[in-house]
Amino acid sequence: MTAFLRRTRAIARKEFLHILRDPLSLAMALAIPFFMLLLFGYALSLDVDHVPTVIVDSNRTPQSRDFISHLQGSRYFDVIDIVESYAPAEQAIQRGKALVVIAIPSDFSRQIQLGNSVDIQVLLDGSDSNTANIAFGYAEGVVGAYNATVRAVFANRRGAGDVAPAVDVTTRVWYNPDLKSKNFIVPGLIAVILQVIASLLTSLTIAREWELGNMELLLSTPVRPRELILGKMSAFVVIGLADASFAVLVGRFFFGVPLRGSLLDLGISVLSFLFGALCWGLLISAIARNQLLAYQMGLLTSFLPSFLLSGFLYAIGNMPVPIQAISYIVPSRYFIAILKGVFLKDIGYSIMWPQLVFLFLYAALVFLVATRRLNQKLA
Amino acid sequence: MSTTSHVAEASVSAPAVSIQRLTKRFGDFVAVRDVSLQVARGEIFGFLGPNGAGKSTTIRILCGLLEPTEGSATVAGFDVARQPEQVKQSIGYMSQKFSLYDDLTVAENIDFFSGIYGVARHLRAERKSLALELSGLTERQEALTRNLPGGFKQRLALACAILHEPPVLFLDEPTSGVDPIARRDFWELIYQLSAKGHTIFVSTHYMDEAEYCNRIALMYRGAVIALDSPTALKRHLGGSSLLHLDTPDLLKAMETLSGVDDIEDVSVFGGGLHLRVKDSQAGVAVTRRLLDAAGIPIHRLEPVEASMEDVFVSLIEAEERK
Repeated sequence: MTAFLRRTRAIARKEFLHILRDPLSLAMALAIPFFMLLLFGYALSLDVDHVPTVIVDSNRTPQSRDFISHLQGSRYFDVIDIVESYAPAEQAIQRGKALVVIAIPSDFSRQIQLGNSVDIQVLLDGSDSNTANIAFGYAEGVVGAYNATVRAVFANRRGAGDVAPAVDVTTRVWYNPDLKSKNFIVPGLIAVILQVIASLLTSLTIAREWELGNMELLLSTPVRPRELILGKMSAFVVIGLADASFAVLVGRFFFGVPLRGSLLDLGISVLSFLFGALCWGLLISAIARNQLLAYQMGLLTSFLPSFLLSGFLYAIGNMPVPIQAISYIVPSRYFIAILKGVFLKDIGYSIMWPQLVFLFLYAALVFLVATRRLNQKLA
Repeated sequence: MSTTSHVAEASVSAPAVSIQRLTKRFGDFVAVRDVSLQVARGEIFGFLGPNGAGKSTTIRILCGLLEPTEGSATVAGFDVARQPEQVKQSIGYMSQKFSLYDDLTVAENIDFFSGIYGVARHLRAERKSLALELSGLTERQEALTRNLPGGFKQRLALACAILHEPPVLFLDEPTSGVDPIARRDFWELIYQLSAKGHTIFVSTHYMDEAEYCNRIALMYRGAVIALDSPTALKRHLGGSSLLHLDTPDLLKAMETLSGVDDIEDVSVFGGGLHLRVKDSQAGVAVTRRLLDAAGIPIHRLEPVEASMEDVFVSLIEAEERK
């Protein structure tokens, strides 16, 4: 046991020195999380609001201006221009200045006075179909609300008093009441960052030992594969924890993501995920024996699945069934579920234990495979 | 340094290295062919031969890095195939590829190897200062290894390989790529270690280094074709003598002298030719007669002492004629 600890500690110490003396990998370990947080936290917002909108007002009456003020009052639309014909509106869409054109017909106020229904035309820039779809929904909402006010006014005039709508749906969103996308992007991002950092940094280390010929020497010494892996891992756990803490702090205080669960729950899940991700990088490294190949394999097997197949951005339920099946073996899927739960809902172990168990089993399995892989002789 | 004199081994009586009918194949290629040999404890055993002769493969098998295809071997009394962990505890290995960590300092490298060889805590300081002394780096222990001259790196690698005082030391072409003076210093280090009781198994393709060994095995195409002490091998040149011939027309002289009865062998040596003859006086006479007849001028023709290189050239040529 003492020899085991002695050798593992020697490996860990050496690995630390490698990291400290290699400014490139150290910079990578710190810069990647920073830029990913910046990029995704800021630029990647799935919220659609302040859609640039041009209004074509062919009616130009107090009635149409009243409708326009409804649109202007909504935070979803950012009315950048009010014009009287289609030509300038069309240009605004073509130049990318506006995503939506809302056209009010010339008989708008007259038809309303007569109590008839009026068609409002909504033109959408379909090149961004997702935003167009959402903006269309917003437009329907605003028109619906306007309908209700107009009807109430008419009913009033007829002396019927205030008329309550027959059915009123009151929506209440739990855990993320403002439906802010960064509230689920930032926790998911922690998983992506850890997966990428853990796999990329470790994927280089054993491959480098092979390339420089040190592996041959190590294999001739009493060092055992599990000591080599645990030693290397402990150095990278420190980096992983530093990155995770950084991401949590930025998420909590810079992006204002609520952290409702306990730091202990967070720490335990981060550690169990890190263990598996680091083992995965080491396994790749042991197989590739070549830094470039290991790096590419690391990137491919860590970034893509944790980004696309983990439920980070795209709901797994919307994916084709075979892809959904694959997502079950992506550890970030489980980790992201835990992270979102801990951040937004303060789920306890009674809810997240299956995910945690999976992460532990995954880590143990990859650790075993990596150890066996290193146990093989040179040829 | 009282602890260095008794080096622990599995069995006092066992030879340091014992190889029985060892064969290693890589697919169809036979890298090591039916090799058997024994190395006594405390010996400096040289493994000689051209590149690709199977020296490194044999050493790697002995270090437990490769599995033998056939045959068996013991190191310090432990079977390399069945007791790899015990073998690894008993050996130090230094390969031709420089294998310390370039981005660690001298002291950090020593500490690292101390750790992975499991040197006990109370012995570390002493072993470290000994290693620094051996490598001549006491004053430069905070220097990054990458900034050391090649000779010092080699000495440091050796010093790191013996931190756990292994009974057997495998050095695979330790001096390749090192300048001649550093090579001589390195061999002095090997002698020091041998005097302390380490068995040293060293491979090289430098013929002059063979003379430093107690015994040498010559490997050629995977097989050991000669095994003896350097003096015995030179004697083994078979009572023949060696003549050195300097002539401006090397090729024509070679043609003229080849296949002549009294001349056993003609080979290029340095800028001239080495002629192996049964009797040096008769050989000189025959050579003069033949070259004069062919009109080839002779600048110098005299008997010389056979070098290790002559021995190997003749052994390899004899092997090829088989």
